[in-house]
Amino acid sequence: MSSHQCPECGYEYDDAKGDAFLGYPPGTAWETLPDDFVCPDCAVTGKDEFERRD
Amino acid sequence: MTTTASRMPEATYVDRKRYLWLFSLLVPMTALTGPLLYMFVSPKIVWLWLPTLFSYLVIPVLDFIIGEDLSNPPEEAVPALEADAYYRYVTYALVPVLWASFLVSVYFLGTHELPWYGVLAVVMSAGGSLGYGLNLGHELGHKKSRLERWLAKITLALGFYGHFFVEHNRGHHRDVATPADPASARMGESIYRFVFRELPGAFFRAWDLEAERMERCGKSVWSLDNELIQPALISIALYFALIAIFGLEMLPMLLLIAFWGAFQLTQANYIEHYGLLRKQLGNGRFERCQPHHSWNSNHLFSNWALFHLQRHSDHHAHPTRRYQSLRDFPDLPRLPNGYFGMYLLAYVPPLWFHVMDKRLLAAVDRDPSRINFEQAKRGALMRRYRLEETPAEA
Repeated sequence: MSSHQCPECGYEYDDAKGDAFLGYPPGTAWETLPDDFVCPDCAVTGKDEFERRD
Repeated sequence: MTTTASRMPEATYVDRKRYLWLFSLLVPMTALTGPLLYMFVSPKIVWLWLPTLFSYLVIPVLDFIIGEDLSNPPEEAVPALEADAYYRYVTYALVPVLWASFLVSVYFLGTHELPWYGVLAVVMSAGGSLGYGLNLGHELGHKKSRLERWLAKITLALGFYGHFFVEHNRGHHRDVATPADPASARMGESIYRFVFRELPGAFFRAWDLEAERMERCGKSVWSLDNELIQPALISIALYFALIAIFGLEMLPMLLLIAFWGAFQLTQANYIEHYGLLRKQLGNGRFERCQPHHSWNSNHLFSNWALFHLQRHSDHHAHPTRRYQSLRDFPDLPRLPNGYFGMYLLAYVPPLWFHVMDKRLLAAVDRDPSRINFEQAKRGALMRRYRLEETPAEA
């Protein structure tokens, strides 16, 4: 389980919580999100630019 | 007082534009002046043209006279500026103003016998007011609070354009300044061609984004959770109510008003990224959107009227930053007038190309690999401006 944060706007994706709005149920691992995942709040940050926070 | 002099600048930063942002509230109100002057002063058609003349002629002149402002708030003042609720309240206050403008305009059309040029004047001022509504929906739709996002939907619903905040935030911001973006204009593309790509393209991109999300959520695409359905229902209820009150003959006028509102956005999209292109990286993705991928205008009056929309580079680099803290940067692609003056230019494509193509070439250092071309015109433009293909990077 890990958590990733958008360095631009602060959006945080926590594996344990998932993101119900986007349709990722709790427990959805960051690694399984699509490669073209972009920050849902600012759309600037691509998946590989998120910062890992544990 | 024991405050030292060295601390003074930080402690006493005063936003000189604080109350000037009220122009973002007052200018959209001009749509009310035409019908009100006609009803309460004298029944003259000329009143009805005042709002449109103000936006399209007076604002470009004011921009020319008042000029530009390159100042930025100091970075240490930004957190306080962002947290100051006053700036939010100005945006909230515009929501009822826009609804009132729209309803008064429709009531006026439904209750007055007007010649065609009187109807046209009201359609244009009401549609222009929807354009300011799209600008407000833009500012609010980028924010994270539920209240601001709902106010965006309620505002956008006036012009049947509720899909905008999905399309813009998750579509345009992702694809901006790439050939895939229906809301980024290409070099050599006139606004009359662009509108056929932009209007349907924006709608379908929004629809696809929400359809994908609904599928992941395990819900029907017609679910009330679909963020296109929510504002569309408000629009349908509103337009049905207005037709029930004023009759079916109101329908073409409502559609024309909604179209002119949407076209205000088309115009803004047209000029905001004209010809600029992000580089494609090895993995097929495009480079991150940089400040030099947007056109900017620091003209004071139109920025006051548009919540700083024209400081567009900073907006794309930091989309959740609030309007009062958007910054200018040196060496950005720069427009010679504010948006309204540039719209006039865009109406006459040869004039637009004459003014903008040389600015575009300067902004990209004459490098065709940094230009988003209208493909059919690429060869002709390369020859006309004597551009040379950039050798592929090893």
